[in-house]
Parts: sequence; C-alpha cells; structure tokens
Amino acid sequence: MPSRWKTAIVVGASSGMGEEIARQLVVQGCKVALVARRAEELNRIAQSLNTAQEKKVFTYPHDVGDYTQVPALFQQITHDIGGLDAIIYAAGVMPSVQPNEYNFEKDRKMIEVNVLGAIAWLNEAAQRFGQSQGGTIVGISSVAGERGRYPQPVYCTSKAALNTYLEALRNRVGRYGVKVVTVKPGPVDTPMTKGLGKLPLLIPVDRAAREIINASQSGKKNVFVPGIWRWIFLIIRNIPSFVFQKLKF
Amino acid sequence: MAVRPLTPPTSEQETTSPKILPLSWDRLERVGAWGMNTSVCAFVYRPTTIEGIREVFEIARTHGRRVALRGSGCSYGDASLLAENISLDLTRMNRILAWNPETGVIKAEPGVTIRNLWQYVIEDGWWSPVVSGTMVVSLGGALGMNIHGKNNFRVGPIGNHVLEFELLTPKGDILRCSRTENAELFHTAIGGFGMLGCFVSITLQLKKVYSGHLSVYAFATPDLSTLFREFEARMETADYLVAWVDCFAKGKALGRSLAHQADYLPKGVDPIPAQTLRVSKQELPETLFGVIPKSLMWRFIKPFSNNWGMRLINWAKYTQGSTLGNHKTVRQAHAAFAFLLDYVPNWKFVYKPGGLIQYQSFVPEATAEACFTAQIEACQKAGIVPFLGVFKRHRKDDFLMSHAVDGYSFALDIPLTAKNRARVWELAKELNRLVIAAGGRFYFAKDSTLDSQTAHAYLGEAAIAQFRRWKQTCDPENLLQTDLSRRLFGDNF
Repeated sequence: MPSRWKTAIVVGASSGMGEEIARQLVVQGCKVALVARRAEELNRIAQSLNTAQEKKVFTYPHDVGDYTQVPALFQQITHDIGGLDAIIYAAGVMPSVQPNEYNFEKDRKMIEVNVLGAIAWLNEAAQRFGQSQGGTIVGISSVAGERGRYPQPVYCTSKAALNTYLEALRNRVGRYGVKVVTVKPGPVDTPMTKGLGKLPLLIPVDRAAREIINASQSGKKNVFVPGIWRWIFLIIRNIPSFVFQKLKF
Repeated sequence: MAVRPLTPPTSEQETTSPKILPLSWDRLERVGAWGMNTSVCAFVYRPTTIEGIREVFEIARTHGRRVALRGSGCSYGDASLLAENISLDLTRMNRILAWNPETGVIKAEPGVTIRNLWQYVIEDGWWSPVVSGTMVVSLGGALGMNIHGKNNFRVGPIGNHVLEFELLTPKGDILRCSRTENAELFHTAIGGFGMLGCFVSITLQLKKVYSGHLSVYAFATPDLSTLFREFEARMETADYLVAWVDCFAKGKALGRSLAHQADYLPKGVDPIPAQTLRVSKQELPETLFGVIPKSLMWRFIKPFSNNWGMRLINWAKYTQGSTLGNHKTVRQAHAAFAFLLDYVPNWKFVYKPGGLIQYQSFVPEATAEACFTAQIEACQKAGIVPFLGVFKRHRKDDFLMSHAVDGYSFALDIPLTAKNRARVWELAKELNRLVIAAGGRFYFAKDSTLDSQTAHAYLGEAAIAQFRRWKQTCDPENLLQTDLSRRLFGDNF
C-alpha cells in the first residue's frame, strides 16, 4: 500500500508536471512547498488550492540557477511546512534546437536547470534524509536520457547525467532508508511539448502526475511513464551504434 | 540575581515566520515521542555546561529557530518535540553536584535520571520521595512536568520535595528559586513544561528509608465501586496505592482490578538493611524464570497485541490475582515495586508500528467514579478498548499549572494503528468532555490529544494569563516552545 506524504517540496512547480503533481499532493492532504521562478504563477496556484481554513500550499519564488540560495531556502521551507517527507525535482528546460545548431547558451541553460539545479536541491535533500533515516527523492528525468539521440544532444546528456546522479544518490543514501526515484516520462502534454508537432504516445499531464506519485509512494526506483516506454527503450537501448547513427528520431 | 518586575502582556507578538539561516545537517536527528505516536526532525544540541546552553539559545536567535527542552524524552506525546527547530537535550548535564548523606539533601544537574539518583543514594539509606513508573526520567523533565508517583495522595508531586532550583532563562539570567526566594516563579516553573527556562541545578530533599524493601499487599476488587471504597479506606495509612484495571470487563465486572498497597518498613523491622539497601539487591532481574532474557519478552507479548489477545491477558491476570495472589503480602525491593515500566524492557515495542497514547485524566473524588465508568463504557462502545488501565489516588498541590486534584487519576494505554488513529482522536474528544464536565484536569507529560479549548477550560483563564506573564518575563522572545505548547496555546505563547 502506498504511504502518503504529509509534507513535500516540488521544484519547478509553476507549470506542467510540477504543477499537476503539487495539485494532486494537496488533494491527498499533503502540505506542499512550491518552488519556481515565476512568482505570479506560484501565487495563482496557491490561491486556487489554499482555503480560508487551511493553508496547504507555500510559495517560494526561486531561480534554480541560483545555487547559493538553496541551503538557506531549503531549511526555510522545511521550517515553514514543519518537516519533509519528499522532494520532487520537476524543473527542466528543453529549448528548440535545430539539427545543425550548436548554441552554447541554450546548452548551458539545459545543464544548469536540468542537472546543476537538481544537484543543488537534491544534495540538500540527501543530506537531510540521510540524517533523519527516511524520505523520498523524486527526480523527473526523461526517456531522452536513455540514448544520445540526433535532435537533442545536450538535453539527452542532461537527462542521462540526472539519471546517473540519481542512481548514485540511491546507492549512497538508500542504505539509510531513503528512497530515490528516477522518473522517465515519455512525451507529456505540457507547455514544454507545445509546438513540437505530433508526438508518439503523448499522455495528459494529470495521468503522468498520478502515475509518478503512485510509483514514488509505492517505493519504485525506476519508473517509465507510461510503463510501455520501458519495453520500447529496452529495444532502443540495444540498437547497435552503427544502426543508431542512421536514425533521425 | 533578582527577577525583573512583572510587566503586563504586550500587544500581539510578531507572527511572521522568522528568517531562517541553515544549521549543519550533522545536527539533524529524528526525535520521537516516548509513545512512538509521533516524531519530528530537529537539530539536536547536547551541551554539558551552562555556557553551552547559553550558546544554544544564541544559535537559535541568530538562526531564526525556537528551542524545545528535552530530557530523557519520556513524555508520551509531543511535550519535548518541536519540528525543524532546536532540540536542547540536557541528558549530558548529568552530574551530582552535592550530596549530604546526613540530611538527605542532594543537588544535581537536570540530566541526572531517577536511576542515577536512587543508585547514588540508596546505600546511605535514602530514596527519592517521588518516582515515576520508569527510572529513565531525567530530573529536569521531572520538574518540568512535576511528575507524581503512586504515593501522590501522601506526598504530592516531586515539586513538593524540591528545596530550590536554579533556572537559566533564555534571556541569560540565572534565577534561584525556592519557597522563600522567587516563590511565585518556583511554583510556576515547576510544572511549567519547559516554557520558562532550563533548570540547571535542582536541590531535593530525599526520603529516609530503613530497608531496601517495601511491604507490598495485593488485593483484587470485583468492580470499580469496590476499588474506590478500598482506596478511600486505605489512603490514611498506605504509603503507596496503585491499581491495574481490566478495561475489557463489562457489566457487573466493569472496572475490576488488581491493586497494590505498599508501605515503608519502620526502623528495626529489616534485620539486614545494609544488605537490602545495596544497589545490586535492587536491580531488576534480567531474565524471566532465570532463563528467558527479559529483553526478548516484548516479542513474546507482541502476538497478543490485539483486542482478543489483550482481553485474554487481562482476564488471566485478574483471575490469577483474584485467586492465587489475593490478599498476599510480600517484601519487594523499592526499584522492583516502583519501576513497573522497566520490568519488561522495551515493552512499548508491543505497540509497534503505530505506537500508543496514554490518555490520563485527573478527576475530583466526588465525580471520579461516574466519570471513569463512563470512560470505560465509551471506549468499549467505540471498540477501542485500552490494553491497560492504571488507577491512582491524588491530592491537590499549589503549583500554577498543576494536573493534580483531590481525587483520582485513570491512565488508559490506547494502541494506535494507521486505521484507528482518527477514531482514537474522536474518542479522546468524547473522554475530554466527560473529564471537563466532572471538573477534571490533564497532564502534559501524557498528553497527545488535547485541544486548546479543553486546555483553557481546565486550567482557567486566570492561571493561563498568570503563566503568560511569567513567560514574557523569562522568555520575552518566546524562544522556548514545543509542539505541545503550540497545539494548546499557539505559536505566540
């Protein structure tokens, strides 16, 4: 039976999967801290979820690239919400990249948000959970991290790095009762995928959030969303490199 | 150092969240309630000196944190917890500062436990006049909660035996308090659940004993009414009275019990006091029947940790006590009689994983029988029958936040599970209504379920206002808080 969380932080909560995960956690009765860059979006979400009787949602405007802020902000949040059962790192960017484009600014931004921001936040969580001998760390990665693919070299790199980091974290703090969950969604109907044309096996964001929460609360380690991607990528991972070079997906 | 003059309460204190600065993760620990019913994460500091305590207060100020005082962590609920703040653990301040075996006056630091205390003094012929059911309790915690024993009706709470103490307030003052010096603060800080400052030295008058043994008389009562009558008849002469109540019994047998009266042996009765007063003669046996390690016993009891199992145990215990063991007198060591909770090590693990609450209420003599009868019936009706009920006689005391009454207490061990938790809290509300209607009171050391309204109802607004004035005098920054204080009196006590 999944164990529900009483307190959680969602980083990257102003839209997309992060927002939907936060909404569903509040419905479960969880007290949720929303962290994201856009204060007005956070306030909009908080206003729609908080009631006059009960404050379930706390907002913290923050740019995940501002790594030095994280230790103080992390403890401010745990102080305000009275504990921490889980952290969900859902911040991520995937700028449009042309086939022959090598734009270092875009690449750096992806590494900063998708990898370094995650490390800054989840290092704090790992230390805390390791000390308190419990807790759940959820990193929203992507199936893109499974292979280095033609259209998005650095996005794939960032998600592969995140996968490896989460695996290492699991090996480091899992022995203290801390759960580390690597979530690999395929295409999800969020602002990130708008304008990308027709995507295979696109699923609505509420379904993705529900599957992520259920799997994380059930103690899964590696989660494909939806599950069919596990089998698809089992095949893709085993395509020989000389064949993969000829493909353009 | 003198206490500052009292000042009237100021306007509402600042309610915004303080600016938090990070503390080292190395300090973070999971800190639990003794009843295993709740736990929090807190940054734990264990100073060994008064200067060390002052440093912790300063760290709290500069890092935007509050401080919860904690001794051995024996409160059943959240009385020593404060999530995400500082837990000031005083267990390392555990030195005996002075001992006079002629007068029986001892001065000790707050982390000294009841075990440390009795083992230090017993061979000189002294015993702590008040002890709790476990010897793990620290003296600081004992004063903060103003603990009582099975002899409360005769000697009052531990506060009655304190000659003086020194209180380090968050402001940094050390205030010496006794019945003649800072007397009002003396009667407020004792039982003040750690809200006014930290006891840094405690001077106690101990009880002279002439034997390491007590005379213990066991008797069974077939119902609650008989138990009340027996206690009323015996309290004039008994030194200790306590009863275990079978909360499963219904109808005419409702409230049937096994009770014990214990009395000190007068001088000259024990022919070998030097031997019976040895610490080694007081130690609780480590094995059952000389074979089974008692540390494993909870594992044998665990399969019975359900309604049917506990009904069986209660029935067997009463049947044995009302037949074979009835009206028997035995000599028993002080430690063996006093520390029933230590008799089976880790017995509370029987209640894993959900833990337990102990619901204890204190009700005046005139209304107690009706109230406790209604409590048992309410529990049975709700299908949440306490696995254990403990019944004691009490008397009034003169401490501001006292839990005591001239009457009786009834402590109910109620198991918690993920499924019954909400129902237990609903049941507790119903029991609270019975207690308030009967003019009863509650005990912070045991509490997990009270709400602010009920706390105000039994303490009275005048007492709370007086306590708040002392809070503002000793701790104007409101640095000392606990989850219990927040639950009952808000963040801005």
